[in-house]
Amino acid sequence: MAENNPFPGENNTGHIWDDNLRELENPPPRWWMMGFWASILFVVGYTILYPSWPVGQEPTPGIMGWSQIKEYEKGLEQVAAMRAQFEDRIGGMTADQIIADPGLKQYAVASAKVLFGDNCSACHGSGGQGNPGYPVLADDDWLYGGKTAKIAETITGGRKGVMTAHRTILTEPEVETLANWVVQMSESAGAGGSEEGWALFRTKGCTACHGQQANGHVVDLPNGEFVTVGAANLTDGIWRFEPGGYDSAKHTILNGVNQTGLAETRNAVMPVFGAQGKLSEQDIKKLVVYVHELGGGK
Amino acid sequence: MGLNRVSPLAADDRETGITETNACHVRQGSAVKMVKSMSHPDVPHSAVDALYEEADRWQINTGGQTIHAKRIAGRWRTIKWLTASVWLIYLLGPYLRWEGRQAVLFDIPNRQYHIFSATVLPQDFWMLSLLLLFFAILLAVMTALVGRVWCGFFCFQTVWTDIFTWIEEKLEGPPPARRKLDQAPMSLDKLRIKAIKHALWILIGFLTGFSFVAWFTDAPTLWRAFFVGEASGTVYVTVALFAAGTYILAGFLREQTCFWLCPYARIQGVMLDRTTIVPTYDEQRGEPRGRVKRGETEDHRTTGDCVDCNQCVAVCPTGIDIREGQQEGCITCALCLDACDQVMDKVGRPHGLIRYASLDELEGRPTKALLMRPRVWVYGAILLLALAGIVYGFTALAPIELKALHERAPLFVLLSDGSIQNKYTLKILNKVPEPLSVTISVSGRDDMTLVGAEKPVIAEPGGVTPTVVFVKIPRRSLAAEQQPIVFHAEATRSSGALIETERESVFVGPRQ
Repeated sequence: MAENNPFPGENNTGHIWDDNLRELENPPPRWWMMGFWASILFVVGYTILYPSWPVGQEPTPGIMGWSQIKEYEKGLEQVAAMRAQFEDRIGGMTADQIIADPGLKQYAVASAKVLFGDNCSACHGSGGQGNPGYPVLADDDWLYGGKTAKIAETITGGRKGVMTAHRTILTEPEVETLANWVVQMSESAGAGGSEEGWALFRTKGCTACHGQQANGHVVDLPNGEFVTVGAANLTDGIWRFEPGGYDSAKHTILNGVNQTGLAETRNAVMPVFGAQGKLSEQDIKKLVVYVHELGGGK
Repeated sequence: MGLNRVSPLAADDRETGITETNACHVRQGSAVKMVKSMSHPDVPHSAVDALYEEADRWQINTGGQTIHAKRIAGRWRTIKWLTASVWLIYLLGPYLRWEGRQAVLFDIPNRQYHIFSATVLPQDFWMLSLLLLFFAILLAVMTALVGRVWCGFFCFQTVWTDIFTWIEEKLEGPPPARRKLDQAPMSLDKLRIKAIKHALWILIGFLTGFSFVAWFTDAPTLWRAFFVGEASGTVYVTVALFAAGTYILAGFLREQTCFWLCPYARIQGVMLDRTTIVPTYDEQRGEPRGRVKRGETEDHRTTGDCVDCNQCVAVCPTGIDIREGQQEGCITCALCLDACDQVMDKVGRPHGLIRYASLDELEGRPTKALLMRPRVWVYGAILLLALAGIVYGFTALAPIELKALHERAPLFVLLSDGSIQNKYTLKILNKVPEPLSVTISVSGRDDMTLVGAEKPVIAEPGGVTPTVVFVKIPRRSLAAEQQPIVFHAEATRSSGALIETERESVFVGPRQ
């Protein structure tokens, strides 16, 4: 064909139909072809270096030994290394010392936010705002004390509140008088409780837990500290069991807290977090800082 | 049956030897040989052959042919050097010092952008969008009015190619010598010339890449670090990529970049209209083109002003023929204007056979003055607005910024003393280059207590410092669910200057 090409010198392929209808050849530019071959070479190189061809169960591993999981683990190591400088310093400090250092406090709070979300927020809410039956952590009303040592004790060992059910101990009018008295106390910040209420409160054994002043302090120590057994402070506006008010108070007085064999009793149990490796000492320390800084730490 | 028809233009091309120049649309040595062939009963041969005549003109230079453009002095050439010198700012800018540091420094690791005494942080980046808007509109308006001036006079591809070919000319000589050298077998002399050329190109590529990096880090330090091997891997890779890119794009791809790679060329191409002033061949005046014939007086000549000398093609850096009209390959560099005017001088005809003109002007339509076109005013207004925004942004750069994030879970808590407490995370952004001791206060009500702001907050320069504060208001004095409050931040600079800022927020209490 080529030797009989009637159009010599033209860029035709030699395919000619109907005398003069012919196929011309216009190849892509050289730089384009170079790019094309280079990209094929790249693929060859890439599949040698990196995991690629699906052979059997696992793809060919590639001579670089790279894998996504290794990259992920390397990332985790980097994060751990970044945290280590803070974790090391926190390790030798008390929660109060951490709170006194703005940088460390910021780290502890940021780090414990995740711990709080995983372990605490189911009951206490994502921001410590509490839930019905579960105390608010962002206020300054603490059943067992709001100092870091007490918070640490609570998280580590858990808590279980106890209050006797008074349905068989008190008469109906007595319960009503006391419930009314609790509401009056709450609304007046401890100043407006009725005489009958006070009288019942003092004679029916309530002071043993709620204290002489009804503020939850069983014993006030000379150094300003006090002893508590976890009974509620009845002299502020904060209710231990929502929604608060007369009916709520009456229910608590009648059925108590954590009374076995009584279906209507109040539940007030905080699980143990310090045992069985649930939370490390370091984690608890960071959580203490977090809870203390939620808004009401003492 | 008419034998294979040859278009007069194609024939002309061959006769005038246009293939000896670098017209990109005509392949060298590709003259169609006309052969008498057997007739076909149905299709006239002429119809088919006409297709292949055209095919000859479809041929475009896709890089197989190096454009060796002739360099001549002239008015536009001078203007081109002047506009190209804008890029000296790019090369020398990083060495400018200001107040003890690099005058313009885009410090990405620290997220700070120093422009003389101003420090711009990522928070101020709304100004960047205005800047981009400004340049986008500027490109549009310039293109609409005077065509691809960016391409022809300012674009780095054009400028760097210009420099590269200038070096090539200095080393290898004018275009015929260059073509001859390209075709000559390899010799020691050729190797020496080529080696020097490529070394210089790579050196320029290196300087280009280095200057780029120098805008992002302290330039004098970078020079030292780069050569003792202490610069970061990113620096070496960036410089290498830029050097390679410059070497390949300006050394080899050249006009191919404008033809096939650059999106702006296409975008700008569609922005032209009938009123756009671009380098144009005056067909009315020039055609029919023809050489000056001996013995023919100017008064009695049968040809137009174009003497078909092909100088406009010879000087074209993209290798096109401007006489074919405005086309995508034309970067409007105006070098053909210089070439044509010089020839017109020699043959004693007036300048401007190729000149900056609009299609309307050439076709004798009325042309509108610049300021009579609505487009100029609309574009101008957008430009002015963007510019005003940037100027405002720079004059109103606050030294500190305060943000108040109100805690949402819980929105508020009741405290044992009967007050309502709200929690706020305040974020203090310090834009001055020194640590500030920021005092926080709150206003809006008399019965508020601010907790957590007893000590001033130390705000590190160039960053955001968060701090948590609590605001308490007695429950009984709350008359509405929400109260507007204002946080204030105050600091004194080491110079004694007082810096203040404030932020409105809200105090939330129980539903009333």
